[in-house]
Amino acid sequence: MIHFNKETFDKSLEEGKLMMVDFWADWCGPCQMLGPVIESLAEKYEGKAVVGKVNTDKEGELAMRYTVMNIPTVIFFKDGKEIDRKVGVMPPDAFIQVLEQNL
Amino acid sequence: MAWDIIVLGSGPAGLAAAVAARGRNKSVLVIGNRWQDSPLAKAERVDNYPGLPGRTGLEMLEEFHRHALELGAEFVVGRGLSLLAWNGFSITVGAQVYQGQSLILAPGVVRSAKYPGEAEYLGRGVSYCATCDGMLYRNKPVTVVGLTPDAPQEANYLNSLGCQVTYVSPHRPQGLHEEIPYIQAGRLAVKGEQTVTGLEADGALLPCSGVFILRRAVAPTDLLPALETDGGVIKVDRRMATNVPGVFAAGDCTGGHLQVSKAVGEGHVAALSACEYLDK
Repeated sequence: MIHFNKETFDKSLEEGKLMMVDFWADWCGPCQMLGPVIESLAEKYEGKAVVGKVNTDKEGELAMRYTVMNIPTVIFFKDGKEIDRKVGVMPPDAFIQVLEQNL
Repeated sequence: MAWDIIVLGSGPAGLAAAVAARGRNKSVLVIGNRWQDSPLAKAERVDNYPGLPGRTGLEMLEEFHRHALELGAEFVVGRGLSLLAWNGFSITVGAQVYQGQSLILAPGVVRSAKYPGEAEYLGRGVSYCATCDGMLYRNKPVTVVGLTPDAPQEANYLNSLGCQVTYVSPHRPQGLHEEIPYIQAGRLAVKGEQTVTGLEADGALLPCSGVFILRRAVAPTDLLPALETDGGVIKVDRRMATNVPGVFAAGDCTGGHLQVSKAVGEGHVAALSACEYLDK
């Protein structure tokens, strides 16, 4: 699991791989609930997709760039572009579906 | 923090479920509004509860609540805002997460009707959680739609973060910070382009980047989209089991007569079924 900052995020984005990024913050209860789901997917998709997190508190610029207006928001990227997003807490299947379609 | 059974709702069905589950020695957490705020509290006289005629709704609630408390049920006052059914059940209330192995839904009658534009702009300016999303709206104009007694506190919190808050509600709020303008309106619609641009309140447009809609309870079908309903009520079998394994429902949310004894009976059955599920 990668904790992105702006530099590492942009570098990963440039590489163009399939990415799944959880925008979250400490004070957000639903984000804490989603944390273990994201971690389990990071393990499951290791080597196949880049699964990481962006702390919106520390990386406000990234949150602004992608107009993240609720947290948690999970955004999927491929070839450097946003391809899908899921807002709110969801079970792993909701994310797996998007990952599998884009692998 | 983890419990055997989490009960969503603190009315007669939820409290009866808590009593029955404690009778089977399961740990129980009840999440709901204050018991005094149950719609039953407004009943001046209940005459059809066997053996105990002539009580007020408030008296009944007080005794149900005390009974559950004395048996060791635990209580959290607040709204279950989001739910995750994965490795058991996790529910957030504000910034806190509570975990349970089974779930009893007893929220009463919860209208899941939404304002025009609300679902469309969810995640694009519509939020249900001031503590979660407030910081993302610092220095921006936001509208709070206050439909709960504690909504003014959440509006004050957003104001303290630096959001430019306008408060909209059909009823004059208690305890709203004097800096926050209040607009009385009931007919609302969320407006936007890519993201929210305003809230229409009784025909007048209030420009804003965010709309926080604070209701008494989140509809069970919004918490758990996989939940099957039938004619607007939760579908259950005779064990009060829903279609989701480990999830039971009781009381007004399952439809039928809105009566205390019906709610209590269903709460009892739901709890015993939850115990059987846990012991399997």
